[in-house]
Amino acid sequence: MDWLNALVALTNFVFVPALSYGAQLALGALGVTLIYSILRFSNFAHGDTMAFGTMCVVLITWLFQGWGISLGPLPTALLALPFGIVLCMGLVLATDRVVYRFYREQRVKPVVLVIVSMGVMFVTNGIVRLIIGPDDQRFADGERFLISARDFKEMTGLEEGLAIKTGQALTVVIAVIAVIWLFWFLNRTRTGKSMRAYSDNEDLALLSGINPERVVMVTWLIVAGLATLAGTLYGLDKSFKPFTYFQLLLPFFAAAIVGGLGSPIGAIVGGFVIAFSEVLVTYAWKKVLVYTLPDSWAPDGLVQLLSTDYKLAVSFVILIAVLLFRPTGLFKGKSV
Amino acid sequence: MTLRDASLFLLVAFLIVLTGVMQSWNLALQVLNMGLISAIMALGVNLQWGFAGLFNVGVLGFVALGGLAVALTSMPPVAEAWAVGGGRILLALAVGAGTIALAVTLWARRVAKRGWVVAAVVLIGLVIFRTLFDPARDAIEAVNPALQGNLGGLGLPVLIAWPIGGLLAAGAAWAIGKTALGLRSDYLAIATLGIAEIILAVMKNEDWMARGVKNVIGIPSPLPTAYELQQSADFVSRFADPVTASTITVKLGYAILFAIVLVIILVLMQLALHSPWGRMMRAIRDNETAAAAMGKNITKRHLQIFILGSAICGIAGAMMTTLDGQLVPGTYQPLRFTFLIWVMVIVGGSGNNYGAVLGGFLIWFLWVQVEPVGQFLIGLLTAGLPDGAFKSHLLDSAAYMRLFTMGVLMLVVLRFSPRGLIPER
Repeated sequence: MDWLNALVALTNFVFVPALSYGAQLALGALGVTLIYSILRFSNFAHGDTMAFGTMCVVLITWLFQGWGISLGPLPTALLALPFGIVLCMGLVLATDRVVYRFYREQRVKPVVLVIVSMGVMFVTNGIVRLIIGPDDQRFADGERFLISARDFKEMTGLEEGLAIKTGQALTVVIAVIAVIWLFWFLNRTRTGKSMRAYSDNEDLALLSGINPERVVMVTWLIVAGLATLAGTLYGLDKSFKPFTYFQLLLPFFAAAIVGGLGSPIGAIVGGFVIAFSEVLVTYAWKKVLVYTLPDSWAPDGLVQLLSTDYKLAVSFVILIAVLLFRPTGLFKGKSV
Repeated sequence: MTLRDASLFLLVAFLIVLTGVMQSWNLALQVLNMGLISAIMALGVNLQWGFAGLFNVGVLGFVALGGLAVALTSMPPVAEAWAVGGGRILLALAVGAGTIALAVTLWARRVAKRGWVVAAVVLIGLVIFRTLFDPARDAIEAVNPALQGNLGGLGLPVLIAWPIGGLLAAGAAWAIGKTALGLRSDYLAIATLGIAEIILAVMKNEDWMARGVKNVIGIPSPLPTAYELQQSADFVSRFADPVTASTITVKLGYAILFAIVLVIILVLMQLALHSPWGRMMRAIRDNETAAAAMGKNITKRHLQIFILGSAICGIAGAMMTTLDGQLVPGTYQPLRFTFLIWVMVIVGGSGNNYGAVLGGFLIWFLWVQVEPVGQFLIGLLTAGLPDGAFKSHLLDSAAYMRLFTMGVLMLVVLRFSPRGLIPER
């Protein structure tokens, strides 16, 4: 039974959290990578776009909760999600119209757009804090656990429990649906194909009559949707705090670059690579080793490679290693 | 400097004087002191971005390293901690550095199956490092944890910490530049952003070094403190209000010290800008291929300017920690220490040293003053509203007006005057 206990402990503390965190990172990294391949710059405002979308979802969720609307065991936030996405789409279209379009017409160097996105980052960050404040907000309701640790122990009779939060399960399900839809859209629809054509070769795409403004608009709409989705799922799993969302920018970029900037599959794989390495390196292996090794070998310490405070450092060591040894990422992204 | 530039500087001076008249001279001098430090940071970023086109968003990391240097230089050493674990921790760090050096050398030598060899070296090195390091760290952190729990510093005069802060930042910049400078502009940006976070994570968690989030307080001051002045009978007898007079005197003293540093750096940078070296840098920035064809070593020059710019940020960081008298790693926020410095450089005018200095003063002034002004405006707007949750929420949120204002200001300048208030000439 010992190895079974070890397996359950590993699933509970490593596999389940890393899987849902990886799915959240993948959704965020997809947004970064889409902006990079169509608009050709690294969007520093992405974390704050996500915070804005999630803020809208949180506010509408509270409104619904006030009205007494709920989804039973599922969080009410799911009902608020479409409204949040629409509001976030409004925000990104407005910033594109007011800010980015001017520079696109000037055909400025990508680095200028990055600096411009820093300005947008400040403004969005300010708006979010003006409206909802800088504090932690919880908005998850409904059933908290799909399986709680106690139920699992009673069901199986094992010493170790396995807990799966509703937020975690929802994250994986929704992320899979969103990704399948995105790939269907990019590969099968006319608009999706024109987006990929524009990303591969702008001049050829323009020659064949693709309307660049339309491509850009659709990209922003998809990015707003993905960002709100990623932010809401992250918030349901953990909690919503504007500063945390700003910090998520770093793992997003790490995921997108590890996979290869501009490559959607790369962004997804990158998200999971980053999430799993963060969790594996900072996990205290003592429990698992105690179950699997003979008693005399049992370790004294926690057997933790790095303390959890260095989570961010892990993703960046991977990022630097990939940039040095394989600058185009695992899936041959582009380097404009 | 043209008449227009001079009048812009006069405007900023007027704003600071106005703060003194309208609010308090203490506040005005605070704005001036942080403005001086911000101007130096902006000069550092301007050296990298304005002269050479290097996109560094890791300013925060270098500023924090400067602050760390102050704690490590000027605090008295903790003899007991050195006795229980000082030697072991130094040995462990030497093992760690040796492992990395060996791994890098092996990789560069292209030995057979180098991937596996290097991985094995790193793994063995890590195990030795942790077995040496962990007990030593625990022993040090157990020494009087409420007040110390770290190795302390060297007990040197605090002014020496400023150049040391620069050197520490320069050393980090050398390591970063060696690995990351070959990357394209936005990859470099993301790499520096991440490295700054790592530097900060190390400072927050390695308690044996500078107490981590427990903060180092009571850093010795290079000038007599306000309290010491108030104790001196001679000083008290000269002023009607000795408390205010003492705080103002101390701040004036810092202002003079900082102004000396700013002037030295500004003069050096002006000389550099107009020297053949400065022309070469701008040539590299404007067209790398052409400059390389003329025989310039792009990688070396980039590394050089990256180190110099980071060192300036490190000096500014050390000055700031000296002014605060404490090292609080939790206060290092990327928006405040990286992106705000970028706003200063962009608004002031990248590529122009006077522009960067002006941006430093102006943006810092706005950063401080937007909050009370926002509070005042929202107070006026909500005066007619009934008291309640909504009104108090609006009043509370006025503090975040400054982020919004900075972003709008930056976007407006980028759109209508992309070369900044004092453009490059």
